[in-house]
Amino acid sequence: MHPAFSVLVFTVMSGAGYGLITLMVIGHLSGLSQLQDSSVLLSAGILSFVMISGGLLSSTLHLANPKNAWRAFSRFKTSWLSREAVFAILLYPFMLIYLGAIWMDMTGAVVSVAGILTAVFAMVTLFCTSMIYASLKTIRQWNSSLTPVNYIALGLMSGAVLLAAVQSVVGGDLAGVLQQLALALVVLGAVCKVIYFFWIGKPAGSTINTATGFTQASVRLLDQGHTSNSFLNDEFGYTVEANKLVRLRLLMLGVAFVVPFLLLLSASSALLVIAAASTIAGLLVERWLFFAEARHVVRLFHGDQRV
Amino acid sequence: MKLGLVVDLDTCVGCHGCATACKQWNTSGTIGPLSDKDPYGRDPNGAWLNRIRTYEVDDSPNSKTVNMPMSCMHCDDAACVTVCPTGASYKRSEDGIVLVDQDKCMGCNLCSWACPYGARELDPDAGTMKKCTLCVDRIYDESLPEDERKPACVLTCPTKSRVFGDFDDPNSEVSQLVRDRAGKQLMPELGYNPVNTYLPPRNKPVVEQYQPSLKATVKGWVNKVISR
Repeated sequence: MHPAFSVLVFTVMSGAGYGLITLMVIGHLSGLSQLQDSSVLLSAGILSFVMISGGLLSSTLHLANPKNAWRAFSRFKTSWLSREAVFAILLYPFMLIYLGAIWMDMTGAVVSVAGILTAVFAMVTLFCTSMIYASLKTIRQWNSSLTPVNYIALGLMSGAVLLAAVQSVVGGDLAGVLQQLALALVVLGAVCKVIYFFWIGKPAGSTINTATGFTQASVRLLDQGHTSNSFLNDEFGYTVEANKLVRLRLLMLGVAFVVPFLLLLSASSALLVIAAASTIAGLLVERWLFFAEARHVVRLFHGDQRV
Repeated sequence: MKLGLVVDLDTCVGCHGCATACKQWNTSGTIGPLSDKDPYGRDPNGAWLNRIRTYEVDDSPNSKTVNMPMSCMHCDDAACVTVCPTGASYKRSEDGIVLVDQDKCMGCNLCSWACPYGARELDPDAGTMKKCTLCVDRIYDESLPEDERKPACVLTCPTKSRVFGDFDDPNSEVSQLVRDRAGKQLMPELGYNPVNTYLPPRNKPVVEQYQPSLKATVKGWVNKVISR
């Protein structure tokens, strides 16, 4: 699949923003002492708000006809993309009430209810985003429950690293709980990703034989019917050398998981900021790989023997 | 009604006539124009609703060249319709034709990702999704003579390899062809239940080999030996 840069930015940034606000709400409402300071909460909340909104705006850039984007709220009953749009917008009032209440030093039921709803809608939106991909039977590498697991694990992971960084920069000393949480989620994220890589490495699914209906003999493409590329070649024919993919996988595992893990052990504010930047950069490569390694069944008609 | 096409892989010669007639009709039809980017340049790219691919099936000396024209299959279980967030993609309940409302499409490409047959192509100029309409603006046009109320690809096909009809009617030409020639769906394992059906190439009649009698064989051998 062709990796559209705007979609990579959208899923990584908004995923991290949703993870950040969710973990912050949980920490705040469960009474973690380092997450009671309103300056820490507001910094993390505003960072999350900017990342979510920036991501959502970026997602509209890949639309070829954005003037009809408002219609995307209309098919909630069937379309995961529509559900994502609805929950992404539903989140905003509760997030604004929650952050506004913190800003005005309010406590009590308003903060709790708005906070809990913010966290719930954040996770539901992230789940809907992942289901857009996981629901496509045409792409074997996406059509798996590992896709939502990865999206949620990596969103929470990047959110935890960001939360640790913001807390240590704004609040002074890094809270031990946040450090341990971030370390645990980095390990969890890495495990999920490695399991995914093993899973997609196993050949399965449709072949050129089932695609063409000739299941009792070998089939080879002689001619695709056009001399220059079509929309289908551009969108689905995206191919990267296998060697390059392996190198990028290793680079991604290093930048997204190993480097943040080591920097998190140090607990110094400056290094935590670098850890957060490294996580985001690594996840951008991870999302690029998620697209580049996905092979749509239309490729079978263009001569691939299997996907 | 369940309208669709039967494509005969035995007789299709891969002339691209269907694709050209389709583009000509539909570029000024209900979903038109079907624009092209750089049409006369070095790297032309544009929206076509039919694609014809050529395959070699089996290995030499038993190999056969098969031309496979593909357009929208108007699936019974059309995932392109369910994934559409704007409601632009819809399947008509009266005849099963899958269409895109050009006024609602936002060009997110998700329907083209959901389609296993590559039937949907983004118009590079309009930014909306284009697909086969089964010439919905032609098959119901009562101002046309009745035998011309068929999709443009079917009318133009020089080898009559494309047949249009109602798959719900067991006595229609398409239903009979599917029965008689063991019509196949493409990629049935994905469960989209495509309506368009492909007729596999017929088995060639077996040519009888000349079997000389024992006497003739002996005579031939003797003649060979004597001439030496």
